[in-house]
Amino acid sequence: MTTTTKPATPVTAPTVRRLGPTSLALRQGRLEIRQFLRSRESVVFTLGFPIIMVLIFASIFDGEVGSGVSYTQYFITGMIASGLMTVSFQNLGIWIPIERDRGVLKRYRGTPMPKWVWFAGKVIMVLVIGVVMTALLLAVSVALFDLDLPSTATGWLTFGWVSALGITACTLCGIAISSLARTARSGSAVVTPVALVLQFISGVFFVFTNLPPWMQQVAALFPLKWMCQGLRAVFLPESFGANEPGGSFELTRVALVLGAWCVIGLVLCLTTFRWTTRRDG
Amino acid sequence: MSDDVAIRVRGLRKAYGDNVAVADLDLDVRRGEVFALLGPNGAGKTTTVEILEGYRHRDAGEVKVLGTDPDPAFGSRRRGSQAHSSRFPGDPTPEWRGRVGIVLQGTGEFDELTVAEVVHHFAGFYPGADDPDKVIERVGLAAKARARTHTLSGGQKRRLDVALGIIGRPELLFLDEPTTGFDPEARREFWELIRDLSAAGTTIVLTTHYLDEAEALADRVGVIAGGRLVEVAAPDRLGNRQEALATVSWRTPEGRVESAESGTPTALVTELAARFGGEVPGLTVTRPTLEDIYLSMIGHR
Repeated sequence: MTTTTKPATPVTAPTVRRLGPTSLALRQGRLEIRQFLRSRESVVFTLGFPIIMVLIFASIFDGEVGSGVSYTQYFITGMIASGLMTVSFQNLGIWIPIERDRGVLKRYRGTPMPKWVWFAGKVIMVLVIGVVMTALLLAVSVALFDLDLPSTATGWLTFGWVSALGITACTLCGIAISSLARTARSGSAVVTPVALVLQFISGVFFVFTNLPPWMQQVAALFPLKWMCQGLRAVFLPESFGANEPGGSFELTRVALVLGAWCVIGLVLCLTTFRWTTRRDG
Repeated sequence: MSDDVAIRVRGLRKAYGDNVAVADLDLDVRRGEVFALLGPNGAGKTTTVEILEGYRHRDAGEVKVLGTDPDPAFGSRRRGSQAHSSRFPGDPTPEWRGRVGIVLQGTGEFDELTVAEVVHHFAGFYPGADDPDKVIERVGLAAKARARTHTLSGGQKRRLDVALGIIGRPELLFLDEPTTGFDPEARREFWELIRDLSAAGTTIVLTTHYLDEAEALADRVGVIAGGRLVEVAAPDRLGNRQEALATVSWRTPEGRVESAESGTPTALVTELAARFGGEVPGLTVTRPTLEDIYLSMIGHR
């Protein structure tokens, strides 16, 4: 007999497998989407609200805003822009404080999960829901209100980058503003007025150029106005650009302002994000 | 640092403004033991444990948990850059996180997910995770595996917390007031679960304000009061309970109750029996209960 006895094989052999960054992010995204879709409030108010608004507005107004552009065609751009803001900025600004208050974030931090994975999950959720919402809005508008889709590849490309840049800026700002809410309940109190005011002054509910000039200037400081304007460049005829405050759709400026908000949002996220509530140290 | 020490703390200090939560606390927890931190609310239990868990930053002292400082940036923070300290805290490494299981005081609830979904998801964070379905069974939630977590009772939610705490097969498990709000039966069942984990070799640090819990589970108890560790001992030796004098009391023929403290109560009782010529009226022999000792330690008597 040898003197050394190896310990017996453990009854439950550890399954040593480390998930790669991509699969960690994807499964986090899947979990977030699942949670979103199972939450009735989220589905109704975040995903459904823009569609309900389109149905209402497009049914009320059937005139033209000028230059042969129907009210629906003009209005749908604002609805897509504010829908993108809803799924990113409002959605995160309301839900992150709830998760923080419940201790969900604290629990994640107690695991070996790299911190970025949690953010990646939120971003994936926002992107997927954003695409679904945009597709639904377009489908409803085309089917019921004769919306004209972009006819050129350039149009779709612009649609793509304006939406992507806009949703990124709003996602980062949503994560950043979530740290302002002290309790679970105050998230929507912080976010909703901001979103509502931006929608009114950025040309979502009204034709932007009909708004008082000072209001237009305030709106120009924030992303939503530029998202709307960028989307008008996609859905309205080139000639309509002459009606814009700058005399054209100013796509370069759209890109610059939205890019700047991405940077501002990212800096705010990095400097102010809290994993625990204030009373929790 | 030797291999049989799971936690080593020297001179730990943490203040919130003027309020000193933990003052100059020393603590050693050996591998494989169940250590209970016992103390009233506000004594500094949670602050201490959350520093050990890597959730909070300390003001001073030396802390090693499984051989590693849970606040790796502690040293550099002390050397300066105070302004940055709270913004960019040093985080424990994922490797260390994978070896430590945490059951927090408040539960982080995933309302819309099922028990199985949550446990499976968390298993993916740990390289050496246990089989999620076995863990669910082990904590007694097999029948609830497909239930949404918001439908669970308080005790069941706590079991889910434990499932998430042990899914990564931790070497060290922290349990912060695990049975607060349990009914007596649920507590007994929970204790069995803790004993199972301990028998499997997991080092366990639990905080509690229940004496019977500390007595039932812990190999050693640390009594914490006013941010200081007042005493550390096996539950039956706490406050020198074994050596404590017994109190013998009896009724005199005039009806007065008389009592005497004695190190040799049997001799005293024999003497009394002789004096009364048989039965001693109203005879009692008592020793201080754990509760008496505890209350005197935390300054209530």
